[in-house]
Amino acid sequence: MRNAQMRVFRGDATGGDFKEYTVPVEDGMVVLDAIHYIQREIDPDLAVRWNCKAAKCGSCSAEVNGRPSLMCKSRMESFAEGEIIFVEPLRTFPLMRDLVTDVSWNYEQNKRIKPFTPKEDAKWVMYQEDVERVQEFRKCIECFLCQDVCHVLRDHDRKDAFIGPRFMVRVASLEMHPLDQGDRMKFLHDEGGVGFCNITKCCSEVCPEDIHITDNAIIPLKERIVDDYYDPIAKFFKTIFSKN
Amino acid sequence: MRKADERYRLDIFCRVQNIAEELNGSQNMTSTKPADIPNKQFLSTRREDNWWLGPASIALGFTLFIIYATVRAFENQYFEVSNLLSPFYSPKLEFDWWHYSPAILILWIPAGFRATCYYYRKAYYRSFFLTPPACGVTGIGGYKYCGESKFPFIIQNIHRYMFYLATIVLAILWWDALQTLFTAGHFFDFSHLQFSVGSLIFFANVIFLSGYTFGCHAFRHLVGGGLDCFSCTEGSKTAMTFWEKVTKLNENHQLWAWLSLFSVGFTDFYVRCVASNVIPDYVFFSLAK
Amino acid sequence: MSNYEIREHDVLVIGAGGAGLRAAIEASAQGLKVGLVCKSLLGKAHTVMAEGGIAAAMATVDARDGWQTHFRDTMIGGKYLNNWRMAQLHAQEAPECVNELERWGAVFDRTHDGKILQRAFGGHTYKRLCHVGDRTGLELIRTLQDKGVHSGIDVYMECTISRLLKDGDKIAGAFGYFREDGRYILFKAKAIILATGGVGRAFSVTSNSWEYTADGHALAYEAGADLIDMEFVQFHPTGMVWPPGVRGILVTEAVRGEGGKLRNSDGERFMFKYLPEATKADYAADETEAERWLEDTLAGKLRTDYRRPPELSTRDNVARAIYTEVKAGRGSPHGGVFLDISYQPADRVRKKLPSMYHQFKDLADVDITKGPMEVGPTMHYIMGGIKVDADTAESKVPGLFAAGECSGGMHGANRLGGNSLSDLIVFGRRAGRGAADYAARQSGLPKISDAEVKAAIDELEAPFKRASGPNPYKLQLKMHEIAGSSFGIFREEADMQKGLADLEKLKEEIKQVGCSGGKNYNPGWHLCRDLSNMLIAVEAIGRSAQSRKESRGAHSRLDFPETDDNLGHENTAVSHAGGGQMKLVKTPLSEMPAELKDLLKKKETAHA
Repeated sequence: MRNAQMRVFRGDATGGDFKEYTVPVEDGMVVLDAIHYIQREIDPDLAVRWNCKAAKCGSCSAEVNGRPSLMCKSRMESFAEGEIIFVEPLRTFPLMRDLVTDVSWNYEQNKRIKPFTPKEDAKWVMYQEDVERVQEFRKCIECFLCQDVCHVLRDHDRKDAFIGPRFMVRVASLEMHPLDQGDRMKFLHDEGGVGFCNITKCCSEVCPEDIHITDNAIIPLKERIVDDYYDPIAKFFKTIFSKN
Repeated sequence: MRKADERYRLDIFCRVQNIAEELNGSQNMTSTKPADIPNKQFLSTRREDNWWLGPASIALGFTLFIIYATVRAFENQYFEVSNLLSPFYSPKLEFDWWHYSPAILILWIPAGFRATCYYYRKAYYRSFFLTPPACGVTGIGGYKYCGESKFPFIIQNIHRYMFYLATIVLAILWWDALQTLFTAGHFFDFSHLQFSVGSLIFFANVIFLSGYTFGCHAFRHLVGGGLDCFSCTEGSKTAMTFWEKVTKLNENHQLWAWLSLFSVGFTDFYVRCVASNVIPDYVFFSLAK
Repeated sequence: MSNYEIREHDVLVIGAGGAGLRAAIEASAQGLKVGLVCKSLLGKAHTVMAEGGIAAAMATVDARDGWQTHFRDTMIGGKYLNNWRMAQLHAQEAPECVNELERWGAVFDRTHDGKILQRAFGGHTYKRLCHVGDRTGLELIRTLQDKGVHSGIDVYMECTISRLLKDGDKIAGAFGYFREDGRYILFKAKAIILATGGVGRAFSVTSNSWEYTADGHALAYEAGADLIDMEFVQFHPTGMVWPPGVRGILVTEAVRGEGGKLRNSDGERFMFKYLPEATKADYAADETEAERWLEDTLAGKLRTDYRRPPELSTRDNVARAIYTEVKAGRGSPHGGVFLDISYQPADRVRKKLPSMYHQFKDLADVDITKGPMEVGPTMHYIMGGIKVDADTAESKVPGLFAAGECSGGMHGANRLGGNSLSDLIVFGRRAGRGAADYAARQSGLPKISDAEVKAAIDELEAPFKRASGPNPYKLQLKMHEIAGSSFGIFREEADMQKGLADLEKLKEEIKQVGCSGGKNYNPGWHLCRDLSNMLIAVEAIGRSAQSRKESRGAHSRLDFPETDDNLGHENTAVSHAGGGQMKLVKTPLSEMPAELKDLLKKKETAHA
């Protein structure tokens, strides 16, 4: 059995540093197992957030060697022998303690989005081909890795102007719902900050659910915004047809 | 003004802090106590892989192409020979009042189409504007960043208009490719059918260009992506079949973008070589006597 | 005395999984001030792990289905120990509750004619599980979460309740702490709904998530409620067995519903051998018939005349079969059996079972479209829980309600797959309404004595004063050892006696448990408190199991392998007898009305 050298961030808002741990590696072990080993055998107060350990709940988000990842999906075998494994909290959100950050800002954003608003006379007949797009978005497990890696939030700290990829996906799941009739375009343009996204696709790269966030959610939303705000011809036709 | 600042945590991450502070000027100005130094120094990351390799090679690729294309556009010769017309110069617009290279009159269309393309935007925002250079690597701009919400990048929203124009140019390039199937001056005269290396290159080029153009995100939206319900009407059902096909192309938009960029450059290069008598256009077969 | 915040609510819901959210939405819809406490972040509760679907007799796929058949399936699955009224309400109201979810934005998989698609599942006569691929739980919780945040409910995230407080007999509030910084909070409430889920973390091989530490069971028990049917612990037949780090993680029953075949190391499809006589006629007689059923299913036929494959037998039965095969030396390399879906087109597998595909690919490096999975039983669900009134979900303690896994009675001796999600929404809604009605009848907020609050704080502070005490993680391992070896899938008197004796020793150790560090997000400290909850659950399981001298449903005894009809008319109930003692009584089942009895007698020719 080999050992892994881990450096895990320990600290809180007042300061902290990486602490070195040596962890024996078992077959098929993931980083979260190593963190649990440290809790059980070395530092019982090591703070970590986790629930299902099966990549379904999206709780154990952290940055492993600089990559936003779910710890329960980061296999120890993927690191070279002797490679030091750095585990640190999400950079984009305020630190609570050790590997746990305050992600409450995300929950605030969800509240701002107009909820599902079905047509009043809906017959609730929907076909698979109509719901497929929406189902992709509803796979989201809210791990907030996309929010963490998004440079608008991460580097530029524009939490005041941009709701982030997760909530672009949320808006897309509502806007493309065949029975929804709520209009979130003005919100998206004026408050949601769709223009802040420069489609550099890091959100899609880190998504553990393989949601094509940029291609299937954000870009189609940007195009819908173009319809409403930047394309006089499309706007003209839309007005004519919506009157019928 | 900056709400998120209130909870800034200590910078524990940056070990590399010798990069010009002014890049992060707006960040540091609001810091009041030492513990508030943000962790957002330019290029800070814990990634130890070669994250810079991707953006650097893309930057190199684009730069080489832009240099080549600029030189060729201004060269104003060796762009037409026999039945081959360089895509940089097609359609050939010649006016009395225009005294410069005709390429300039037309190149802004494909250039504009590509510059506002969602794939190219991703690539050059990363490689040239460093917002961000790579995922999890701190870019530049700080709080002043406003992405595509303000001038100049708000102009990206004209992409669909560039798409309309680009399809016209593409149709002309198909016409040019068809020309290569007949000996010069005998267009659509089937007794003068021929097939040359030039034809092969021209057709490969227009196929790649079509794969790129019709996989466009804006086109995907216009052709059906803008609908909420595909099965509701006969029209929307048809739209769905188009949308599905465009989606297939769109999934590999990046690949098509590079293939077509290379092919269009290479096609021009081939025409230049033939036109300047460096090589002949080898003809596989010809019906002409 | 440390400081604490005070919050007042008409109805306080503890637990924010499917049942808790549904209850909170319902209570809030009645115009009351509702608080919702979740131990994790909102939307992370164990409900997200539910994969297969929601059982509801919508009859969108098979028109023969109806609540009567669903009721009968549930009672047969529960070996007639269910609270018949709960089973009835559940079967009747589930379709309505599923429709409600759709109106709130849930997007289920569809039939060709645009209705909600339903799939086959173990123990269900007809195709009955409304689903979204294999992530139905996520769809359910996200729908309720999005509905909930727009309903004006106050949500307290990462907050753990350590005690329920009473005013005389009546419930008066709850005390707890925030995980973030360990600050204390006192909730004053007219009514409290427990929706805390199960007890899985007391077992080592479990499909349950971190939070499942028996909080609701223990809180209610300490507040004076009865826990019934605690001997019935469901071991899901298919959990992952390898690699070690993911041992126990669930492999959805939908794999078998979609045609997955179980084989032992000899390549034999062994489930044919293990079908109980009573239900044998409902399943395919041989591989040929099972193949026909499969062909019809893959062809998308809404109904088939062939009987379903034996892999779709009830969970208790399949779990025991796998266990027996492995014990007999016919297991897979890592101590499970093979579950194979790879004979189907890879695209279909990825479409129908996307999260299973990813789970095996990412966690075990196995491509399930290319080869079989290795699976074995894993502790999955506890049928037992807080005894409640079927119509209002109120417990013996006035003002204390319970819904979801922490309540008992609905599933009897064994739960059918898919009946859990429907249980959450049906009884979540009923609990919400029941609690709201109760709260509306109260004149004002009940009183809470300072002494009780002080006792609650002292209890939470105590582990810090014993920094050299035993490590809570080590004690949890000991508990796993006891629960697994004495109260596991097969039970025996001698083992259980030893287990109960070991529990007494463990109880003393847990009294000494200590922790280091501060109160800011300190999982070690949190576990100190959770341990005593799990201890109560394991003891209740042990004592109840020891008292049931027969095998029935999920409760299998090697020394009493047969089902004893005389014991089929009573539930086991444990309650707090004071002085740390547990009292156990047998309570008779209530008499079922004649029309329901007739439903059970009438035997349809059931082909699904």
